[in-house]
Amino acid sequence: MNLNIKREELLISQLANLLKNDNHVAVGAASPIPGAAALLAKEEAKNFNKRLRVTILHSNKYNNFTDGARELFDCAAQGRIDTFFLGGIQIDGNANINLVGTGEYPNVDKRFPGSFGSPLMYFVVPQIILFREEHSPRTLVKNVDFISAPGVSDDNIYRPGGPKYLLTNRALFKFNKKQKKFSLFKLNMNETLDSIIELTGFDFDVDKDLSEMDLPDKTRIETLRKCIAPMVSEFYPEFANRIWGV
Amino acid sequence: MKSFEEFTVKEIVDQIEDGILLGIPADYSGVPMTFTKELINKGVKNLKLYCLPLTTIQGDMLIGSGCVSEIETAAVTLGEFGLAPRFSQAVENGKILIKDSTCPALHAQLQATEKSVPFMPLRGVVGSDVQKNRKDWQIISNPMKSSGVENEPILLLPAVQLDVLVFHASYADRNGNIQIGRRRELATLAHASKKVFVTVEEIIDTDFFENELSAATCLPALYIDGISVVKNGAWPCKLPGVYESDNDEIKKYSIAAKTQPSFNEYMKQFLKS
Repeated sequence: MNLNIKREELLISQLANLLKNDNHVAVGAASPIPGAAALLAKEEAKNFNKRLRVTILHSNKYNNFTDGARELFDCAAQGRIDTFFLGGIQIDGNANINLVGTGEYPNVDKRFPGSFGSPLMYFVVPQIILFREEHSPRTLVKNVDFISAPGVSDDNIYRPGGPKYLLTNRALFKFNKKQKKFSLFKLNMNETLDSIIELTGFDFDVDKDLSEMDLPDKTRIETLRKCIAPMVSEFYPEFANRIWGV
Repeated sequence: MKSFEEFTVKEIVDQIEDGILLGIPADYSGVPMTFTKELINKGVKNLKLYCLPLTTIQGDMLIGSGCVSEIETAAVTLGEFGLAPRFSQAVENGKILIKDSTCPALHAQLQATEKSVPFMPLRGVVGSDVQKNRKDWQIISNPMKSSGVENEPILLLPAVQLDVLVFHASYADRNGNIQIGRRRELATLAHASKKVFVTVEEIIDTDFFENELSAATCLPALYIDGISVVKNGAWPCKLPGVYESDNDEIKKYSIAAKTQPSFNEYMKQFLKS
């Protein structure tokens, strides 16, 4: 049967696959797709009699914190958050991320919002998933113009956390900490190794198990549309309305 | 004698002098928009904004209205409605000084003031361009043996005391205690500020200290210098637990603010409303 899976739904499904072993997933600012993925993983975990806690920072309802905005960072520093999502206006081949601006800082050509919590979260959360929908030579660059948070650090720096995956609307990469390099792991439909090489500004390895992104099955899509969509509309109403009309 | 000072919004605005360091709450903490409107009407200049840890329409409006010379923040954004256009352009044109920071550092600098210690250490951040561009931050080698890492560099952040904090909340009680719910960052801001003014939806004839639930979620009058009753005082931002943000209005703003002339037109209407 044809489920007419939307691009956003496919991405949500990819992210949900990466959260299966977690106990606590937190989701920060401007992240409707990661937010939906975390809630989907939580719902599906119930089928395995597993409890996944989800904290959506911009939601009052799907939130475990009562001690003010600093609790997210304290909680992460204590190792109580397994997965967090970060984005970037630029991401480079060493997994450095830039959320500040393009051009030479501080005289940037184009200014973006700022680094948010990334300079701490990138260091302390064991599984950071980088998520940037636009996959192009201007977003995936050789070197970022400003390092909001570095992908890797020297051995003497306290760093239990760091990048594990990078998902775009075209591909999923794994990050190899030792090699300081991404490797291509999954391709979206209609993409090829060549198309990804052409659209990626940095060099990357190719995983020996490179394959197409798994499509969500009927059960997952139904859970997403019937159960998760109304939840998402609580904290990202514009997004939920655009994708699911709720 | 009344147990707290009740002010008009204008009287609060009168307390804001040019050049002060003003505390700015995040969009989820109760943004004092009616106060901000009056502040812009007054034509205050050279404000230094300290955001905990970010600002949305409030900061963007103050910047677009020429009230700000400096901002210390983790982000300025209109959230689902995209970039904060007046902020972005002001930085691109070098009109304001930006002290780029990160959420936990903005919290920690105020927490140092809460404890009246000169600095606060923070892990992470080291090696980022955020850290490298902050000459007021220092890195030392961790002097404690507990970390298990030799020569661990650790970041020290200076204590920051705000001149004035203004935020909007749901209720004050008859003794001037303010209900802040789970928004405890407002307490951090208040503890670290020389003066604190609050606009509230309503003053109610009760005492929050009479029961454990409301006592635990209130900011004691001890920290408050003045209260003003302002209905819908966070509009178009949300007030947690009371009303949602007016997304149509914020969207309208996000479009108008794209250029200075259309921002000016929008503000003419907004300041009159």
